[in-house]
Amino acid sequence: MDSPALAIENLTKIYSNGHRALHGINLKINHGDFFALLGPNGAGKSTTIGIITSLIKKTSGDISIYGIDIDKNFVKAKTYIGLVPQEINFNTFEPINEIIINQAGYYGVPRSIAIPEAERLLKKLGLWQKKDQFSRKLSGGMQRRLMVARALIHKPKLLILDEPTAGADVEVRRLMWDYLKQLNENGTTIILTTHYLEEAENLCKNIAIIDDGKILENSSMKDFLSQLKNEKFILYTESKISKDEKILGSNFNVIDDNTIEVSISSDSDINSLIQDLSEKGIKVKSLKNKTNRLEELFMRLVEKNGK
Amino acid sequence: MENSLNIQITAYKTIVRKEVLRFSRIWKQTLIPPVITNILYFIIFGNLIGERIGEIDSFSYTDFIFPGLLLMSVITHSYTNTVSSLYISKYHRYIEELLVSPIQNYTILAGFITGGVIRGLSVGVVVILAAQFFVTFTVHNIILMMVVITLSSILFSMCGFLNGLFANDWDDINVIPTFIMTPLTYLGGIFFSISMLPGIWQEIALINPILYLINALRFSMLGITDVSIMTALFIILLFNILLASLCLYFLNIGKGLRT
Repeated sequence: MDSPALAIENLTKIYSNGHRALHGINLKINHGDFFALLGPNGAGKSTTIGIITSLIKKTSGDISIYGIDIDKNFVKAKTYIGLVPQEINFNTFEPINEIIINQAGYYGVPRSIAIPEAERLLKKLGLWQKKDQFSRKLSGGMQRRLMVARALIHKPKLLILDEPTAGADVEVRRLMWDYLKQLNENGTTIILTTHYLEEAENLCKNIAIIDDGKILENSSMKDFLSQLKNEKFILYTESKISKDEKILGSNFNVIDDNTIEVSISSDSDINSLIQDLSEKGIKVKSLKNKTNRLEELFMRLVEKNGK
Repeated sequence: MENSLNIQITAYKTIVRKEVLRFSRIWKQTLIPPVITNILYFIIFGNLIGERIGEIDSFSYTDFIFPGLLLMSVITHSYTNTVSSLYISKYHRYIEELLVSPIQNYTILAGFITGGVIRGLSVGVVVILAAQFFVTFTVHNIILMMVVITLSSILFSMCGFLNGLFANDWDDINVIPTFIMTPLTYLGGIFFSISMLPGIWQEIALINPILYLINALRFSMLGITDVSIMTALFIILLFNILLASLCLYFLNIGKGLRT
């Protein structure tokens, strides 16, 4: 597969009220990628997705899906795309099985093929028992899963998820993560926007950060995270530590009797730090990152752009 | 799957199926009210008032008004079906299911219009069945009758579609029926022949396009008309072409659907 899954060139959007939502952005996402498109509210993520899926009209620029220009052959280009939108948008007075089968029909999949495929997807996403219920009777988490099933019914090569886990509980989020990982391993290219940055860090291989309609960063997740020079950890100790403990050094901050905050450079080894503490008689029971690494970098970039 | 024509055909069948299921599920709201309304018309206008009016062109008053009442039911329900279906799908945003998929605009239009026509014709059938108890059901030219009813239904389904595209709130979907359709329908000669109107009003009545629809149907059923049938058919076809062009134009520019 030589053509990128998605290629965006000089994409601009100016709304009728004069608001310039996108300033000529460029983006290339390769086949098989799990790509995070991140940005604060109003950054241009949903506008970009809206233009790719033709819900929003672009002002200028080019978009191609697997080498197919959406302006020249939108029928073929759109058969490659599956969209899970940010907001619930199905007919709440329709049984969920019908929602899925109808969506297949809109993509040209005949009912004879759509019916068994809908059964497979609904079973996979734990919705089969509810297939004859009206979608309005589903819980929020189930509605999210239904939107994923609907987006996958025509087996898209490129799946776009616009905050798919917003408002979902931990169980649903984990189920969704596992399923998305599985899909990506099986060859589906995925673009994810989310405000849960640990979700993006755990799932995505590449990342773009958009703010104020401009792409601020576009790299691999690994390269992006390596920009973080220092990481802050919270260490929970077995023994009590006094507030005026001197032996620890300036990069330590004692929070309470059993909790220390430590800042270490990203090329340092956390194991040697724990060993050092142990030699000083401080045994570490557990530890965690003070903030999510991606979140920290994200905030720095966005704040810098704001200035 | 990548054959565009196959996609459009399957998508069209899906939209039509969905539209028909939509109004069939709520048949008490969609198919029964026109029967009750028409029975009331037959009793009040036909039997009670009609007896005092006497015959028009050698037909009883009930028989004379029946084609107009039938047409009014068909066009009102064709209109209502598309405007409500389109507006509700915009309001709840599930129109996006169609907009993100590889469906051509003409397929979307054809699907909605077919849904409106099926509802209009279904209402027509139940009204004809109910009318058997009140009128002498006669057909002068069955082919012309089917053509006029179908073209009128298509025309008003497209009116509903246009209204649905432009509607921004619930009030908007009632503006055209209340202020345009109902007055034009009632003034279009359902209850009278324009020869009964005084002087200048006969000329003014000829501006009303619904007059031509009613007279074309009345001719196909009773063999009487106030206007030339060829003129009536020409006007019906002209309005169909005009409305189809407008619908496609507004769909292509994304009016009311894409920002």
